[in-house]
Amino acid sequence: MLIMRHELLLITITVILLIVEIFLPNTQKHKIILPAILLMAAVTLVGFIPGTPGVLFGGMYQSTALTMMLKNILNIGVLIIFIQSVDWLKQDQNKEKVSEFFILILSTLIGMNYMISSGDFLMFYLGLELATIPIAALAAYERYKEKSAEAGVKLIFTSALSSGILLYGLSMIYGTTGTMYFADVAPLITGAPLQVLAFIFFFTGMAFKISLVPFHLWTADVYEGAPVNVASYLSVISKGAAVFILTIILYTVFAKIVVIWSQMLYIIIILTITVGNLFAMRQQNLKRFLAFSSIAQAGFILLGIIGQSQLGMTTAIYFVLVYIFSNLGAFGVVAIISNRTGKETINDYDGLYRTNPKLSLVMMLALFSLAGIPPLAGFFGKFFLFTAAGKQGYFILLLIALLNTIISLYYYLLVIKAMLLNSNDQPIAKFKSDCYTRLGLVLCVAGMAVIGFASVIYENIFNLSFGIF
Amino acid sequence: MIDFSFTALILLIPLFMFVVLGLFGNRFKPLVSGIAGTTGLFVMWVLSLITAYMYFFVLEKAVDGTFQKFLAVNMRWLTLTDKLHIDMGVLLDPISVMMLIVITTVSFMANLYSIGYMKGEKGYMRFFSFLSLFSFSMLGLVVATNIFQMYIFWELVGVSSYLLIGFYYTKDAAVAASKKAFIVTRFADLGFLIGILMLSYLTGTFDFITLTGPDSPAFTSGQGVWFLGLSTMTWSMIFIFMGGAGKSAMFPLHIWLPDAMEGPTPVSALIHAATMVVAGVYLVARLFPIYVSTPVALDVVMYVGAFSSIFAAIIACTQYDIKRVLAYSTMSQIGMMMFALGISGYGGHEGLGYMASMFHLFNHAFFKALLFLGAGAIIHSVHTNYMNEMGGLWKHLPITHITFLIACLAIAGIPPLSGFFSKDEILAAGLEKSTFLYLVMMIVSGLTAFYMFRLYFSIFWGKQTQYEHTPHEAPKTMTIPLLFLAVGALLTGLIPFSNFVTSDRLPFVAHLEIWVAIPAVLIALVGMVIATLFYRKENNLPEKVFLALGGFSKAAYHKFYIDELYLFITKKIIFNYISRPIAWFDRHIVDGTMNGISFVTNEISFRIRKFQSGQLQQYALVFVSGALFLALIFIYLWTN
Repeated sequence: MLIMRHELLLITITVILLIVEIFLPNTQKHKIILPAILLMAAVTLVGFIPGTPGVLFGGMYQSTALTMMLKNILNIGVLIIFIQSVDWLKQDQNKEKVSEFFILILSTLIGMNYMISSGDFLMFYLGLELATIPIAALAAYERYKEKSAEAGVKLIFTSALSSGILLYGLSMIYGTTGTMYFADVAPLITGAPLQVLAFIFFFTGMAFKISLVPFHLWTADVYEGAPVNVASYLSVISKGAAVFILTIILYTVFAKIVVIWSQMLYIIIILTITVGNLFAMRQQNLKRFLAFSSIAQAGFILLGIIGQSQLGMTTAIYFVLVYIFSNLGAFGVVAIISNRTGKETINDYDGLYRTNPKLSLVMMLALFSLAGIPPLAGFFGKFFLFTAAGKQGYFILLLIALLNTIISLYYYLLVIKAMLLNSNDQPIAKFKSDCYTRLGLVLCVAGMAVIGFASVIYENIFNLSFGIF
Repeated sequence: MIDFSFTALILLIPLFMFVVLGLFGNRFKPLVSGIAGTTGLFVMWVLSLITAYMYFFVLEKAVDGTFQKFLAVNMRWLTLTDKLHIDMGVLLDPISVMMLIVITTVSFMANLYSIGYMKGEKGYMRFFSFLSLFSFSMLGLVVATNIFQMYIFWELVGVSSYLLIGFYYTKDAAVAASKKAFIVTRFADLGFLIGILMLSYLTGTFDFITLTGPDSPAFTSGQGVWFLGLSTMTWSMIFIFMGGAGKSAMFPLHIWLPDAMEGPTPVSALIHAATMVVAGVYLVARLFPIYVSTPVALDVVMYVGAFSSIFAAIIACTQYDIKRVLAYSTMSQIGMMMFALGISGYGGHEGLGYMASMFHLFNHAFFKALLFLGAGAIIHSVHTNYMNEMGGLWKHLPITHITFLIACLAIAGIPPLSGFFSKDEILAAGLEKSTFLYLVMMIVSGLTAFYMFRLYFSIFWGKQTQYEHTPHEAPKTMTIPLLFLAVGALLTGLIPFSNFVTSDRLPFVAHLEIWVAIPAVLIALVGMVIATLFYRKENNLPEKVFLALGGFSKAAYHKFYIDELYLFITKKIIFNYISRPIAWFDRHIVDGTMNGISFVTNEISFRIRKFQSGQLQQYALVFVSGALFLALIFIYLWTN
C-alpha cells in the first residue's frame, strides 16, 4: 500500500471538507459535523491496517511500524476531541465557522504526522510549523472574546520565538555536520561545545511544545483563553506528538551525547514536576488548573525518556496513550459544563455530584487516573514510567517524583472533594448532555479502564520501541 | 480413572448464587430468592452425594489398598517463581469428601429451614446471598489443594460469618458480636499466617499432597533447628493450630462463639455448630502427618482440646440462654474432637483417635444442627431465648419435642444413637493414651448428659408457663429439616466409619470396646438422672446445689470471667500503655511533620506565583534565560 497513507488520507479528507464547506450556505454549516466525524473515524480505522514500512524523498520521509502506531494513537485522540467538540460547535456564535475548526485541526495533525515521520531536520521543521501555526488560529477561534484573542496572540508570539531558537539550533547542526539527514547527522555528533549549544536550542524548541519548565509560561494563559476543546487538543495531541518525535530524535540522532541530555532531562524533570505541581495547587480556574497539571504530567513522561532503553521508550509512549484518555476525560467534563453554564472555577463545581452525578463520576475517574490511582490506567502508566527510570538507577529523581505525586493527589482531590463533599446552595443546574458528549466521555472512561489491563497494548508498543543500547 | 472434574461445580454453583442473589436479589420477590438459593444447594447436595458414592464405592483403590488422594481439578492461579506458585483446585481424599457431605447436607437443611424461619424479615435475599457465599467459602476451604488456597477461603469464611452474625445490623448486640467474632478469629489467623509462612519457607511448597505425603519435606527440614527448646517445624505447627483454635473456639480464643449466637438461628446451626467451627479440627486433620512428626505440637492440640472440653461443659451447666448453652456445648464437643486428634497416632489402629475425631465431627454436625434448628423453632414460637421463661412445651410443639429429644440422647451418648459410637471410640483411644485424660473425658460425658437434659426438661417439661400467644408448631419448611436431621442423628452412628476415613486412608475394622462403652453409658445415665431430678418438675434443688458450690458456680455462671480478663487486657493495658503513646506520636510527631511539609509547600507555591505574570516580554525573557542557563551549565561547567 501507499507508504504515506496516513498523511494522504488526512489531506484527502481535509480537501473534501474544504470543498463541502464552500457549497454549504452559512446557516447550514453545522451539517458538516457528522460527515467530518465519520470521515475521521474512517481514517482512524484505515490507519490500523498494517502498512509496509519504507522511505520517500530520498530519506526525508520515513514510515515504520512505530511511526504508524504513533499516528494511530494521535488519530484516536483527535477523533475523541472531534466528538467532544460537537456540543460546543453547535452553539450559535460558532455556527458559521464550524468547518474551520475541523480543517485547522486536521492541518495541524498532518503537520504532526510529517513531523513524526521525518527523516531529516528540514522535514521535521516543516511539520513542526504546520503543527503550530494553525493552533494559534484555533486559540483565537472565539475572537470576539478578549481572552481568546489574547491566547492566540500569545501563542503565535511565543511559538515564533521558540521556532526561531530551534531553527538557530538546526542551522548550527548543519554547520557542524554539513547534513540535515538524521541518519547522517547521528555519527557526526561528537559533543563539541557548538553541537551541545545546537542541541540545547533544539531542545528548548521541543520543550516549548511539550511545555516543560522554564519554557512553559505560555501554557496557562493560552489554555485559559482558548476554547476548552482547543486547550484539550493542545494538552494531549500537540504535546503527545512532540513527545513522540523528541523521544525518537533523542534516541537516534543524539544517542551519542546521551550523557549530556540525560543530565539535562534530570534537571528539567525536577523543575517541571515541582513547579507544575506548585502552581496547580493554587489555581481556581479549572482550565488553568489542568494546564499546570498537564505541565507536571509532561515532567513524568520525561521519566520514561530518561530511561534510555527500549523499556523507556515504551513507557513514554504508553503513558501518552493513557494520558490522552485521562486528560480528555477531564477536559471533556470541563468543556460540557463550560459550554452549558459558562462556569469554570473549582468553587462552581461544589455539589456537582448532587445535580450531575454521572459527569462527576467521569471527572473523578479521570482525575484519579491522572493522579495514578489503581486500578485505572494512569496507575499503570506511572508505574511503568517509574520502573523505566528506576532501571537506570535514578532513585533520588524517583523519590522527588513520588513526593510530587502526593502533591498532585492533593490538588486532584480538591476538585473531587468539591464535587462530592462540598455543599452548595446554588449548584450547577442539572442538564442533559447530548449523545456526542456521552459517547466521547464513555470512550475516555473505557480507555482508562481497559488500557491498564490489556497487556496486549503494552506488549505491542514494547515490540515496536527501541532503546539507545 | 473416573473424571471428577464435575466437583468444580459444587464450588461454582454457590458462587454463582451469591453473585446473582447479591446483585439482583432485590428484583425478585423475597420467596423466590429463598427458593433459588435452596435449589442451588439441593443440586450441590446431590452432586456431593454422587461424589461420595463414586469416590468410596466406584473409584478403585490405590495399589496398597488405600483410598486415593488426588487433584480432581487444578489450575495455576498465581505464579510467584517457577517453584513457588499458588494453585486453585479440588483435592479429593476421604476427609474432604466427608466434609462435602456434611457441609452440603447441613447447608441445604439450614437453607430450607430459613425459608420459613426468616419469613418477613428485612433483607431476606441478603440473607440467602450471604448463605451462598458462606457455602462457597466453606466448600473451597475443605477441598483446598494447598494451604494457601485454604487460607484464602479460611478468611472468606470469616467474612461470611461476620456478615451473618451481624445480619440484624440495627441491633447493637449483633453488631458488637460480629465485630468480636471477626477480630478474635482474625487475631488467631495472624498466627495461622505466620505458621503458613514458616511452613512454606521450610518446605518450599504449599501443596497438601507433597506436604502430607510419605516423603514430605516437612519431616526433615526445620525439625533440627531449635528455638526456645522446640524445633521450628513444631513452632510453625503450633502457630497453624492457633488459627485452627481461633475458628474452632478453643480456649482461650473461644470468647467470640457464645456472642455469635446473636445471628439468626439457622446461621448458628450451620456456621457455629456444624461447619465453620470444625474448620480448626479439619485443619489439624489435613496436616495430621506433620503433626505426628512434631509430638509437642500434637500435645498442645490434645491439652487445649481436653481443657476446652471440660471448661465449656462446666459453663454450659450454668447458662440460661438456650442458644448459649448449645454454643458452649459445641465448644465442648469440638474440644473432644481436638483431644481425639491430639492423642492419635498415625496409621492403622494407632490412628483410632483420628478416625474417632472425624467420626464425631460427622455425627456432631447432624445432631448439633438439629439442636440449633430445634432451638430456633422453639424461639420462633415463644419469642424468648431464656429457658427459665419456658416450660411445658411438649404438647405445643410435638415434632420439635421428639426431634430435640433424639438429638439430646444422641449427644449424651445413649446407644444406639450416633453420639454413642463416636464418643465410645474417642474414650477408647483416650484410655490407651492416659488414664487421667480418659477420666476427664468421662466427666465431660457426664456433664454433657446433664446440661442437655437440663435444657430438655426446662424447655419441654418443668413448670407450666403461661404464654402471651399460644405456642404453635413451626411450618413445614422448618419441621422437614428437623425430621431429616433426626433420622441422621439416629442412623449415622451405624456407618462403619473406619472403613472410610482413617489417618492413613487404609480401612481397618474398629470394634466396639464394651468395657469402655458400659461406664460411658452409665455416667451419661447418671447425668440424665440428676437432670431429671432437678428439672423434671419445678423444685428448689438446682438453686441449693448452685449455692452449695458457692464461688465456683458463680464463676462458672460468669464464664470464669474470661471476657472480663480480655477487656481488662485490651482496655486497661493495651489501650493505655501501648495505643495512647502511639496515638500521641502519630498526632504530634508524624502529623506535625506532615503539616509542616504541607505548610512549606503551600508557602512556596504562594511565593512563586509572580513568575506567571501574564506579560509576554517576561515570558520571552524567562525562555531565553532558561536556554542560556542550560547552555552555561552544559558547555562551561559540565564539560570542564
